Amino acid sequence: MSSGNSQAHSHSGIGAYLGVFAALMVLTALTVWAAFQHLGVWNTPVALAIAVSKALMVAWIFMHLRDSPKLTLFVVFASILWLAFLILITASDYLTRSWLPIYAS
Amino acid sequence: MSATAPDETPRVAERPNYLNTGYGVKSWLLTIDHKRIAILYLIGVTFFFAIGGLYAAAIRLELLTPAGDVFQSETYNKLFTTHGVMMVFFFMIPGIPGVLGNFLIPLMIGAKDVAFPRLNLLSWYLYIIGGLLALWATVHGGVDTGWTFYTPYSTVYSNGWVVVTGVGVFISGFSSILTGLNFLVTLHTMRAPGMGWTRMPLFCWSMYATAIIQILGTPVIAITLLLLVAERVFHLGVFDPAQGGDPVLFQHLFWFYSHPAVYIMILPAMGVISELVTAFARKPIFGYKFIAASSVAIATLSFLVWGHHMFVSGQSVYAGLVFSILSFMVGVPSAIKVFNWTATLYKGSVSYQTPLLYAIGFIGLFTFGGLTGLMLAALGLDIHVHDTYFIVAHFHYIMVGGTIMAYLGGLHYWWPKISGRLYPEYWSRVSAWVIFIGFNLTFFPQFIVGYLGMPRRYHAYPEEFQVLNVMSTAGASILGIGYVIPLVYFAWSMRYGKRAADNPWGATGLEWETPSPPPTENFAVTPTVTGRPYDYLTGREEAAAG
Amino acid sequence: MGAHAAAHAGGHDSPPELRHHFVDLPAQREASTLGMWAFLVTEVLFFGGMFTAYVIYRATYRTAFEGASNLLDIKLGAFNTAVLIMSSLTMALAVWASSLGRKNLIILFLILTILLGGIFLGVKVIEYKQKFEHHEVPGPHFVVPLNEKTHQPLPPQSEMFFSLYFCMTGLHALHMIIGIGLLTWLIVKARRGAFTTRYNTPVDMVGLYWHFVDVVWIFLFPLLYLLGRHTL
Repeated sequence: MSSGNSQAHSHSGIGAYLGVFAALMVLTALTVWAAFQHLGVWNTPVALAIAVSKALMVAWIFMHLRDSPKLTLFVVFASILWLAFLILITASDYLTRSWLPIYAS
Repeated sequence: MSATAPDETPRVAERPNYLNTGYGVKSWLLTIDHKRIAILYLIGVTFFFAIGGLYAAAIRLELLTPAGDVFQSETYNKLFTTHGVMMVFFFMIPGIPGVLGNFLIPLMIGAKDVAFPRLNLLSWYLYIIGGLLALWATVHGGVDTGWTFYTPYSTVYSNGWVVVTGVGVFISGFSSILTGLNFLVTLHTMRAPGMGWTRMPLFCWSMYATAIIQILGTPVIAITLLLLVAERVFHLGVFDPAQGGDPVLFQHLFWFYSHPAVYIMILPAMGVISELVTAFARKPIFGYKFIAASSVAIATLSFLVWGHHMFVSGQSVYAGLVFSILSFMVGVPSAIKVFNWTATLYKGSVSYQTPLLYAIGFIGLFTFGGLTGLMLAALGLDIHVHDTYFIVAHFHYIMVGGTIMAYLGGLHYWWPKISGRLYPEYWSRVSAWVIFIGFNLTFFPQFIVGYLGMPRRYHAYPEEFQVLNVMSTAGASILGIGYVIPLVYFAWSMRYGKRAADNPWGATGLEWETPSPPPTENFAVTPTVTGRPYDYLTGREEAAAG
Repeated sequence: MGAHAAAHAGGHDSPPELRHHFVDLPAQREASTLGMWAFLVTEVLFFGGMFTAYVIYRATYRTAFEGASNLLDIKLGAFNTAVLIMSSLTMALAVWASSLGRKNLIILFLILTILLGGIFLGVKVIEYKQKFEHHEVPGPHFVVPLNEKTHQPLPPQSEMFFSLYFCMTGLHALHMIIGIGLLTWLIVKARRGAFTTRYNTPVDMVGLYWHFVDVVWIFLFPLLYLLGRHTL
């Protein structure tokens, strides 16, 4: 029921925090480097993939999602899903306008 | 009739309760008792409802005659804008959650208060500050953009009071967010021992679904209004075509919240109706799980249909098609509720007290409004009636014929618990009928006149629509009288009403197991829940029990 | 209140941090945690509205956005990203220290977090100032900037990029300022010995908030600073 007392958080341990910190710094350097490479259409997906990885690490370790009850995970998932609704459905309007020739794009 | 006598001797009723522990303005303005906060909301929403109502009266006055002869068109634009802003943001959205939700949720789940009582008080202050800001803007000149604030008119061409109004709505939005957050956490973590999710009252289920919408949707209109204000103040051009902006993007962001917002307005009302039909049919609710699930389904689906407000905006036809079919689908869970309420009443031991009169009125009028909503979900038909009085009639059937009737029904049902007094039954029935008749006379003609082509937000109209408009204004006058009567007798009852017993209706539910009115801490001992909700004996069981 | 005292007759054996409407400390912690996560959900959607505008406008005005993005100082942006990541580390360590009730460590890590946050904000001030000087602030004084590589004027919708830049980083900076305020409040409480092995919920909750603000920047940095570098 309870999400654990304060002792639960020491399970994450300093080691994990330092490890994530190092990974985040490396990924930041990586994303800066990758931004200057000519990857064509892949520039943006690569940048986003790196950002998502960084965010997941922060959430999983720093924000203790690893030690959290399932409800918390569901709440986080819901927020991302709803953001996806907002962005993707709005974008689908703009993307499909030109399908009908009466609209000049 | 009720199993216990409704009266209570005065001596017993002087025991400490949440109303008499602590007198003085400070004890009310600094309270963290959810029940007192509910009363504060009651005062607030009644005040803003009155203002919105006055503006409605002005609108109907103008529309008595085809010519725009009472107000100038700019003034008329301010009338319907203020009516909309006041009613939507400062009455409908905070109404049932703030008043009934706050009062009842802890009681219904056997808790001492909500999860975050101080946040609850903050919610009320944010609501009042937001409302007063919007009122200030109104008094000093008023906004004429419509409650929808469409750009670029609102950001470039209309007067500057848009900023103050936008900020007021923004602040009030945080009230809504925090209330939803509070209720969500309360329902998840503070239910009494034994009260699993499937033993929770259906009002709580609908408040849970409402909280989901408040949390996920309101922030989007918050950022949209912030961008609107920033554009206005800093000349940013985010939504201004002259600077590359897209007004349709504003509409997407606005309606992403504002469509689910209408479900913030109706879900709590549906929760009230679930409580009323089961209590006054003295029968377990039909299809508890379906009603609970349909509330969550509505909350989810409501976020996927907003484009039906934008069929004529230049939105992609293909997006329109998808929004159209999803809008049909979102009607299904609502219909499920209507079937279940009807089935609950069927062969029940029905007692036609005032709360049930409102509930039956709701079921009929909400169904009517909902069916017209399905008509509007159809792309072709919507294009014909878009921006006409057909739309106006549709949403008033739901918001007034639906939500306000449920609000009044709930207010009457729980009034003995809230105040410790009984309202006068005769006058309550009179006002229920006056409201029902007044409502239908006001809004049914608007369906006709809208379908025939009368546009909304115009202060002049073709001569041939006058008869129907006169009917509508007459109805509005009757409706207004109908709303004043309860104001009078509720106030009267606080002093002179018969004192109420703990459970004057003989209803099930933990709230009825506390005194009327309840003590500040609600329950001296936290109750343990066993057995199903709405555990009324059916006729057969009653006969078998002898 | 009389009723309240009666309920606690026979000695106050509940811990001072326990609010009266909760059954016990674990229940209170569970509620606080769920409440903070629900609040962060609202923040996701709050920033999300602007991310939506960004997605739509970037797709519509690709060249303008790529060109305008290259005018941002990538060194300062990357530096700030590193600073914020460091502050997330110190925040996580503050939470860890608070779970052990180690007062001096808590205060040390909180101060470090505030310092790093302050550095971030200082760099943002520098960046904003540069924008003002180069007439890259949207509005009546905006001057269409020149492409870094070709020195031709960018499309006029580059102003839209800067509108979103200021709105998104401005809102983010506001959240940082609020976060620093919360951290200061935590220091005050820590000095009074409020955080023990039994109770460190406020530190934990502010930690969640701070990490979230970091996550927002993790997305802002590539979207605002990096998206056009490959055209250079």
